[in-house]
Amino acid sequence: MTKETRLTPEQLVKYFKDEFKTKIKDVQIKKRAAGKKKNETATIWMKVDKSVFKGVIKHLCDLQFPHLAVASGNDLGKTIELIYHFTVNFGKRMEEVNLHISVELPKSKPEIETICDWIPGALITEREKMEMLGVKIIGIPDDRRCFLPDDFPEGVYPWRRDEAGPDKLYKNLHEVKK
Amino acid sequence: MKQIATTKTTYHIPIGPIHPALKEPVYFEFEIDGERIIDVDVKLGHIHRAIEWASRKRNPIQILYMAERVCGICSYCHPAAFALAVEDAADILAPERAEYLRVIQGELERICSHLLWAGVAAHEIGFDTVLYLTWQVRERALDLTEYLTGNRVTKAMMMIGGIRRDITKDMLPIIQKDLQYFKDCYDKLGKVFLNDKTVRMRSQGAGILTEEDALKLCAVGPTTRASGIKKDVRVDTSYFAYGDLDIEHITPDKLTGEVNGDVYDRIIQRLLEIKQSIELIEQCIDEMPSGDIVSEPKIAKLLAQLKKVTGEGVGRHEAPRGEVIHYVKFDGNDAPYTWKIRAPTYNNILPWIPMLKGEQIADIPIVAASTDPCMSCTNRVGIVKDGNKYELTKEQLHKMSVEKTRRLMK
Repeated sequence: MTKETRLTPEQLVKYFKDEFKTKIKDVQIKKRAAGKKKNETATIWMKVDKSVFKGVIKHLCDLQFPHLAVASGNDLGKTIELIYHFTVNFGKRMEEVNLHISVELPKSKPEIETICDWIPGALITEREKMEMLGVKIIGIPDDRRCFLPDDFPEGVYPWRRDEAGPDKLYKNLHEVKK
Repeated sequence: MKQIATTKTTYHIPIGPIHPALKEPVYFEFEIDGERIIDVDVKLGHIHRAIEWASRKRNPIQILYMAERVCGICSYCHPAAFALAVEDAADILAPERAEYLRVIQGELERICSHLLWAGVAAHEIGFDTVLYLTWQVRERALDLTEYLTGNRVTKAMMMIGGIRRDITKDMLPIIQKDLQYFKDCYDKLGKVFLNDKTVRMRSQGAGILTEEDALKLCAVGPTTRASGIKKDVRVDTSYFAYGDLDIEHITPDKLTGEVNGDVYDRIIQRLLEIKQSIELIEQCIDEMPSGDIVSEPKIAKLLAQLKKVTGEGVGRHEAPRGEVIHYVKFDGNDAPYTWKIRAPTYNNILPWIPMLKGEQIADIPIVAASTDPCMSCTNRVGIVKDGNKYELTKEQLHKMSVEKTRRLMK
């Protein structure tokens, strides 16, 4: 169906660095051994600039169709960080590589393009990021809420740690009148 | 929601929020033309319990116990993935013996879960005798779990940097006896499920998920493997002791020579995986080295060590339903800064849509059940109830499914 090229972790990093140069930062390759035989599994962490994010995903899909496990999110104060957890090279014994691509969005303009046109399976995780972090996903095919109830107030995002966070909704049991 | 655009020829039925299979809350809205399903919309979030948020006030050891309560059936997988994530962030290596013990627990849980699913699947198409037969075997697997861990369901076995209970020599005869019993039953169950004409008529060609859809929609676990995609964390990566063991990808063509991606293939897939799990437990018992079972037995010391950690880690474990992945970020406090859980059903929701399109209403229970959904895992926060229109209850749906089987048997 799709073409498939298998690269080692080092080659993978080079593949991205050649294309996007300085837009890719903080690349780390971690190898973790387990068991008696100490076989290793590699993990790549990298930060990409927001401007090239969509290009990086396209570049990855050109190589082989990756599996997107989920995207997780952090509120880092001034920015919102999204981390897309991909796996590549699956299907052969212990060849899989974890690829965690992180992208930081400024809180003044938390917008990012959808990747659903490349990876349709990203829909639920993108909807979750919209309602939980208040990130705007541009071009998402379905922008309804996913996990939050319909009567949950607008403009409150449970994963945020600033004034948009859910703090005002908390009720401490010891403060509630009987 | 799209229900406003109702035309003359099609109509909408909401189903849920109590799920037609496995008695879990999920809300479906079907667009129906006669008996055929034209479009499906899935709504989630009915049992979101804010577990990730609750973790902000807890230390990693306390979170282990909370992770266990994410799901009742996978009560080992979530703490396992969490422990792996913490070990990744803090660079802790578990002792070798613990890695083997962790595999044994994981595989035993897979046997319990797949047997539970097989019983539910039989129930959905009206074979309640098979339900009791499978759950009888599962009862034995639960007894073995209780013997090894002290509890049937919520086992509290996982510990960061190891495992909490050892398997001693005097326990081995009972384990071997039970494994032999599972093998004997496996042949019997295989015959019931795979050779029965009516089961085949209900499941072959129903709820097809093509290889392309499975890949593009990022399906995981038996659902994706039954469509022919070789993706299994246990085989693809080296974690716990899986890197040492003799294990290979299982897809339904191992038995039938072809992959159709239908409900029948998903039944075959899970049966084959039960056999694989039995073999893996046997391998572990044979090859298990001696030694410690936990890297740091003093919990206060472990917590002090974890308090200094800054950084992030990811843990992935192949749960019975597919890959479960946890992400943890530490910033040098008692509680982790972020904890993200992703349960397998999260990724297996979108594949429902191509599976259900074109099927009959009476096929909804078995097709929906065939991915082995676990909504409690997927939703973790509040309650909303809509569906004020004409509604099919799970009993009605189940009745329709059973009637279809009876019609086919005539």
